[in-house]
Amino acid sequence: MDLTINNENGAAVARLRGEIDHHTAKKLRTELDKYIINFRPPSLAMDMSGITFMDSSGIGLILGRSKLLKECGGSLEIRGAQPYIRRVLKLSGIGRIVRIS
Amino acid sequence: MKVINEIKFIMPSLSVNESAARAVVSSFLIQADPTVEELSDIRTAVSEAVTNAVVHGYRGSSGKIELTVKLLEGREIYIRVKDSGCGITDIKQAMEPLFTTAPEEERSGLGFSVMESFTDKLAVRSKPGKGTVVTMRKRLRVHGS
Repeated sequence: MDLTINNENGAAVARLRGEIDHHTAKKLRTELDKYIINFRPPSLAMDMSGITFMDSSGIGLILGRSKLLKECGGSLEIRGAQPYIRRVLKLSGIGRIVRIS
Repeated sequence: MKVINEIKFIMPSLSVNESAARAVVSSFLIQADPTVEELSDIRTAVSEAVTNAVVHGYRGSSGKIELTVKLLEGREIYIRVKDSGCGITDIKQAMEPLFTTAPEEERSGLGFSVMESFTDKLAVRSKPGKGTVVTMRKRLRVHGS
């Protein structure tokens, strides 16, 4: 699992690579929260194009970050999810809370 | 139904083994030549079942998780995930979408919903204090149909 967060023209973009499960979500959660709390970005996009697997642990990860961002005055966007990851996103109904593009 | 091939994989309840379980299932199912979508569905369902055993079955303790995968006649896949953990008191409630006993760990309560949606048949048997057995079945499409 690999994570890089960059500020691109004032918008924060987190690029995730690898598999998101209960095991890897713990580390991602810590790193993303550290960034959100330190930089309080008005918007954060999670670029999922490099994610090869995600189960419902990913839903918990997205919901948790969305909540924290909101508390810090920002919003979360999910982008680049592959079809098999979109199936999990769709099943969860998370699209009603987080913008998926 | 006649068993064509089967595999059993026993692992300690370490979260790092969630990906090991998925890898075992993927490798075993190559012989059945599933579609990318079928394989992805099965891997996701297995990941949910093993994670449940790690997070809930052996909460605050540790033990063994047994994963059995069978290839049955008629391109049917049988999967069983067994733990000897704390068990589930109320299975019906546990299977309700969004129900979780571990919100502080950001568990979404969607594990059983995913298993149910991504396979054809899901059964959960559990005895408090004894453990939980999750079985799932999924029939693979016949190529060209």
